[in-house]
Amino acid sequence: MLDDLDRRILRHWQADASLSPAELAERCAVAPGKVARRIARMQENGVIKGVAAVVDWAALGYAVEVALRVTLDKTVSRAFDDFIEAAREVPEVIEIQTFLGRVDVRLNIIARDMPHYQDIYRDRILTLPHIADIEALMQIARIKADEALPL
Amino acid sequence: MTDLDDIDRALVRALARDASQSAGALGRRLGLSQPATWRRIRKLEATGVLRGRQLRLNAEALGFGVTVFLGVKLATKGRVSLEDFERAVSAIPEVQQVEHVLGLYDYRLRVVARDLPDFERVLRRRIMTLPGAGEVEANVMLSEERRPGPL
Repeated sequence: MLDDLDRRILRHWQADASLSPAELAERCAVAPGKVARRIARMQENGVIKGVAAVVDWAALGYAVEVALRVTLDKTVSRAFDDFIEAAREVPEVIEIQTFLGRVDVRLNIIARDMPHYQDIYRDRILTLPHIADIEALMQIARIKADEALPL
Repeated sequence: MTDLDDIDRALVRALARDASQSAGALGRRLGLSQPATWRRIRKLEATGVLRGRQLRLNAEALGFGVTVFLGVKLATKGRVSLEDFERAVSAIPEVQQVEHVLGLYDYRLRVVARDLPDFERVLRRRIMTLPGAGEVEANVMLSEERRPGPL
């Protein structure tokens, strides 16, 4: 289980993932070796999955981001597997989530502009298998995106 | 918008997976010198293609067993109510993402909780009491997959 120091390390690191272990040690006011050992242990037991660079798709010319909420035809037994397998083949799909609720699957899609989105939607999304219904939520602004856990 | 060559794209892909890799190690895999790799990474950061880093944690291992996506409709609209709502919702520690969207809902939230009773507490005490919050739809996430995107 995690103790106070582990949580403190994670809180500081979550707030600024570019901090080095030495800087984390300074913020937590403990010896660098101690922090390094704690980090190594949390990596080993899978609490820390890693540090990832965040890609800004808008800076790469992908100005449009849409969340598609998909309901599948559940009378088909392999509906989820077939749909997700096919959705993975669409490069513009950047997130796939499955749900318990009114929505079965959510695809996050990026496109350069509306004509490009239209092309992807018609040629790549509507052709995915076992779709019963689709609703689109177009992103206007990202207000909060840190994905931090309330530790 | 920034145009990337194949090496830039490979760098972005690699760093989005694991940002802790050194410029030397990345360069060796891509047939670049350490300084040349470092310069490219700096440029990707300066042009905003790489927008910082994010610590990826295993939410379940840290006791957050439930992730819920909420669609929220505002009961009253107008500029002031949007700002009030955004400020208040962003301040809730369990809310990891807030997106202003166009479609069936006004906002899309990603919320973490320890378990379903804990989620109910967050929903009743924090979300439903937000200024202007109207209809809310909840979908409990079962699985999630992040894709590399069109690189």
